[in-house]
Amino acid sequence: MTSVEPSVLADDVTASRRTRSAGQLAGRAFAGLTTGAGALILAVLAAVALFLVVRGLPALTSSSADLSARIEWFKKGQTLLGYTGPLIFGTLLAGALALLIATPVAVGIALFISHYAPRRLAQGLGYVVDLLAAIPSVVFGLWGVLWLVPKLVPGFSWLHEALGGVPLFAGTPSPTGRTILAVGLVLAAMILPIITAVSREVFLQTPRLHEEAALAMGATRWEMIRMAVFPFGRSGVISAAMLGLGRALGETMAVLMILSPGFSYSLALLQASKHQTIAANIAAQFPDANPSGVSVLIATGLALFVITMAVNVTARWIVSRRKEFSGAN
Amino acid sequence: MAAWRAGFQSLNSGATVNYDPVGSGGGRTQFLAGGVAFAGTDSALSADELTKAKTVCGADPVEFPVYISPIVVIFNLPGITKLQMAPATIAGIFDDKITKWNDPAIAADNPGVTLPDLAITTVHRSDDSGTTKNFTDYLAKAAPSAWTVGAVSTWAQKTGEGAQGTTGVVSTVQSGSGAIGYADASKAGSLGTVAIKVGSAYVPFSSDAAAKVADVSPRDTARASSDIVIKLDRTTTDVTAYPLVLVSYLVACPKYTDAQTALVHGFLKYVVSEAGQNAAASAAGSAPLSATLRGPQGSGTR
Repeated sequence: MTSVEPSVLADDVTASRRTRSAGQLAGRAFAGLTTGAGALILAVLAAVALFLVVRGLPALTSSSADLSARIEWFKKGQTLLGYTGPLIFGTLLAGALALLIATPVAVGIALFISHYAPRRLAQGLGYVVDLLAAIPSVVFGLWGVLWLVPKLVPGFSWLHEALGGVPLFAGTPSPTGRTILAVGLVLAAMILPIITAVSREVFLQTPRLHEEAALAMGATRWEMIRMAVFPFGRSGVISAAMLGLGRALGETMAVLMILSPGFSYSLALLQASKHQTIAANIAAQFPDANPSGVSVLIATGLALFVITMAVNVTARWIVSRRKEFSGAN
Repeated sequence: MAAWRAGFQSLNSGATVNYDPVGSGGGRTQFLAGGVAFAGTDSALSADELTKAKTVCGADPVEFPVYISPIVVIFNLPGITKLQMAPATIAGIFDDKITKWNDPAIAADNPGVTLPDLAITTVHRSDDSGTTKNFTDYLAKAAPSAWTVGAVSTWAQKTGEGAQGTTGVVSTVQSGSGAIGYADASKAGSLGTVAIKVGSAYVPFSSDAAAKVADVSPRDTARASSDIVIKLDRTTTDVTAYPLVLVSYLVACPKYTDAQTALVHGFLKYVVSEAGQNAAASAAGSAPLSATLRGPQGSGTR
């Protein structure tokens, strides 16, 4: 046993009290900083929303006759909704195509990295996937327009010949290939890394016990993945896909460079000049737009903002609903 | 513009010219709001804009052509690098009335050329563009019965394919066999080009022929004496002129309140000088203004 002089003990207590109060101060400051950061993101969001509403208001309140008189590319007798509608359709179509193409591939890559590949290969592959996510979209656009799209043309003709009866592949395919399907493919390549990276992390979190239990019951590796990994990772994969969709919906440069734009509700994926996305349309028309034109473009931007919000809210809702059934808890 | 800035600054040390390439519409808007001292634009000020400019400057604004660039019709056909077309034929193609390369209308313009039985894909600018405006203006004036859409700066028809910017149009035409489009002549690259029918002959594009059309065209006399705008004669029959051109203007005030006046006028004079015009020709492939056109502008800025 050691005996401690009372005075030393008292000194010790004061010292520790002093450090505690300093620690409390640091803690409070840190809490304030994080709260501030949280509030900042809300403030930025509100500022963007406010900007879109205020600057889009002239277009929202003007009559269609006024708009068509002041803006050359605004057709006579067209309403703002009639102008934005095809743009919303094109945006959603491009995003849906990209998601449909990218998600299965991304889940496959993620599974390979997390459960099939030898450890060394898995690390290397994971690194490459993260690297892909860092490529700027303008590079994807250049790659798409100069290399990929011309090579897709024979494939598109083949699709049309084989499946021309399906409305999606009807109509003479474009000889230059600058169609919504080409955009969907390039967007899929762009969102593939983000979906893969998030899915891989989720699959790696699968409780080891679940997996071993499945294997112990005589399940093959594929059955184990179906029984243990997928139920656990489902909500994570959905959030990953929604993150990807968010990027695809707002993608500007690659769409602008590849797509031959047009305003219609056509489902013909192989025809050019049928679709246009909101973001690409803003980028194309903004440089030479007059104040009324800018207002119309900002109003379409507001529509994109609302769509993106809706996508995120839906994703949250799906994830929270699935949580109870995921088997993870 | 970059070449002009560099040229002027090397001649006048201590002077800095800032130019914000926002596009013609943006430039005009900023100039009319008094935000910038001068603006470059693909189309001259409209009557509305002139009135605003008068208020900003306190006098008639100075406006004159500084840059003449031929627009060329480019196409991608295996084995063919040169074709001839009448304006009505071009209008028919871009209006989707002529859909095959071996159409009798194209064959009539090109005796002795074997044209393939290939579908025509037209390519136009998808963005708002002065090139589109001048191209459609040419069609509307030279082939009024075949081209009824008028002069527009954003492509209005549903036909054909759109591409972003001049480079986009050129690369789309390059990638599609049987494609045809229009672009600044300096960007046409190795693509086939069309000689357009002027009077009784077919004139291929050249910077001399492009500058010539500005010389044979009359000035817009409804405007003030400092406001030099060419009424381009798209229907000229002078077989040495190439009427499918884009003319860019510089817009400025005759006087500024401060020491800026001398500087702006110095820059504008440099731009229209022989040295300035040659700098643009070597940097951007434009047609240098002829001496006859340069003459009155020197005095206009004084």
